[in-house]
Amino acid sequence: MSGRHGIQKSRWLPAYVTVYLAFLYLPILLLPIFSFNNAASTTFPLAGFTTKWYASLWGNSAMLDAARNSLIVGVTVSILSTGLAICAARAITRYRFRGQQAATGLLMAPLFLPEIIVAVSLLMIVLQIGIELSLATVILGQTVFCLPYALSVLISGFEGFDRSLEEASLDLGETAFGTFRRVTLPVVAPAIISSLLVSFTISLDEFILAFFLSGTEPTLPVYIWGQLRFAAKLPSVLALGSLMIALSVILLTTAEILRRRAERRMQAQGAVHG
Amino acid sequence: MVALPGSVETEVMPKANARRWTSSDEAKGLALISPTLLYALALLFLPVLIVIAYSFWSQDYLTIDRSFTLENYRIALTEPIYRDLLWRSLTISLVVSIITVTFSYPVAWFISFHGGVHKNLWLFLITVPCWTSYLLRVMSWKVILGYQGVLNTGLMSTGLIDKPVTTLLYNSNAVVITLVHSWAAFAILPIYVSLEKIDRSLIEAAHDLGDNKVWSFLRVTLPLSLPGVISAFLIVMIPTVGDYVTPKLVGGKDGVMIATAIQAQFGKGANWPLGAALSVTTMVIVSLMAGCAVLALKFFVRRIR
Repeated sequence: MSGRHGIQKSRWLPAYVTVYLAFLYLPILLLPIFSFNNAASTTFPLAGFTTKWYASLWGNSAMLDAARNSLIVGVTVSILSTGLAICAARAITRYRFRGQQAATGLLMAPLFLPEIIVAVSLLMIVLQIGIELSLATVILGQTVFCLPYALSVLISGFEGFDRSLEEASLDLGETAFGTFRRVTLPVVAPAIISSLLVSFTISLDEFILAFFLSGTEPTLPVYIWGQLRFAAKLPSVLALGSLMIALSVILLTTAEILRRRAERRMQAQGAVHG
Repeated sequence: MVALPGSVETEVMPKANARRWTSSDEAKGLALISPTLLYALALLFLPVLIVIAYSFWSQDYLTIDRSFTLENYRIALTEPIYRDLLWRSLTISLVVSIITVTFSYPVAWFISFHGGVHKNLWLFLITVPCWTSYLLRVMSWKVILGYQGVLNTGLMSTGLIDKPVTTLLYNSNAVVITLVHSWAAFAILPIYVSLEKIDRSLIEAAHDLGDNKVWSFLRVTLPLSLPGVISAFLIVMIPTVGDYVTPKLVGGKDGVMIATAIQAQFGKGANWPLGAALSVTTMVIVSLMAGCAVLALKFFVRRIR
């Protein structure tokens, strides 16, 4: 195919990638399949179609409380981490300063740390100060955890931004804030929304920090963890899990579409300027 | 490089330039990043310092004795239960990172060299499973590998086996499979990024100079993608050592890892200093192991070159 680079396409490679993708998607596709299965156990052959496991979620007030908690935490975390990441991403892409690498390293550190150590250290400091465990402590912890992801989305969104546009706006008498609102923001908005969605998804799915820091108010993953002890609850957990996976996939697809739109906008902008 | 003259100037004449400095790029950059940085210092850096401090203290029931002691480290390193858990955790994270990187490399290679116009779509397809709930994915593996699980009952209904295989779940193999699945995208992405940076004409040159496919891969592509392989290694190896959910759900008795012991010190066991020492020990040893792995990799690649 791309023989002019001297790199031939082998026959086994696409097959290998297909198998690899199947391996990646197998566990995720199994949950929805069994959530519609008319049996309390997860065995083949399937026992017929039912929606009763989904119906059973409706009347479950503990689950609905956990869903409400997850929503509160997810929205707050995505706004906080995206807000903090906007400052950092802008500083990193727009300015050069001493300690920049160290600062970036610190913000990216949660990616390279075992999550249990982040969780344990946060638990110690929170209890040390004497703060009660609550949704607020989960929010504080998950925000740190989401920062590296929000930051990478935003840095790649800000990187191609043409500074001369802002300079032109300032030269034409617009204030710094006005320039940000009317010139910078429209260009970087898709990256910001994409970062909000990604952070929300991570927060929605995050378990360890929520498990250590949530006290008596469980989020959805913590609620699911509690249900896993009871074999009889498994089908409704599968139904809940399928709904969560569907939501994650929708949010991530939206984020991806926005990210690409931002990329195209940036390229178009580059083309206008030569 | 461009910023160099400015920074030299500020160092030589700090006072005279104090005013100019506040309106410099450096000051603006620092001011802008400071809220984020303070947040991370308060909720990431400071907590880790406290863990380190605690690891040198001791606990008598509910009171913390703040005199310096190495007793927690002695327990963490010599007590058989912790030593075994630590050893197993390190082995599992090493095995998982080697398997993940090896199996992910061809995928990254495929996307980078044959992805064509759909590269972004491929990357998206690879990352989606890794963004969905980690807990749910581990749970799903439990459902797949269980005694009455998908794999066993599926194989039985096709007639390939007549009795369920008992060795699938609740051992360290189940932990390894689940972790390899969880970390796939984290390995593919850095390798892909470094493959993208390779100048394709170098590979062409290797071919023109008579290298066959295998040799041009070993002598050009692999060494140039080494930075990606190294970050893939680190990003998989270090977090997996402290994994809590996977061993708990699919590990059974033989798959327990160090995180369970750490968690116990903050729950029922309630010995914070020991928990802190176990955390620090795990981090230090896994960092050393990761360092050795990186050196070994570099050495290996230099030899075949």
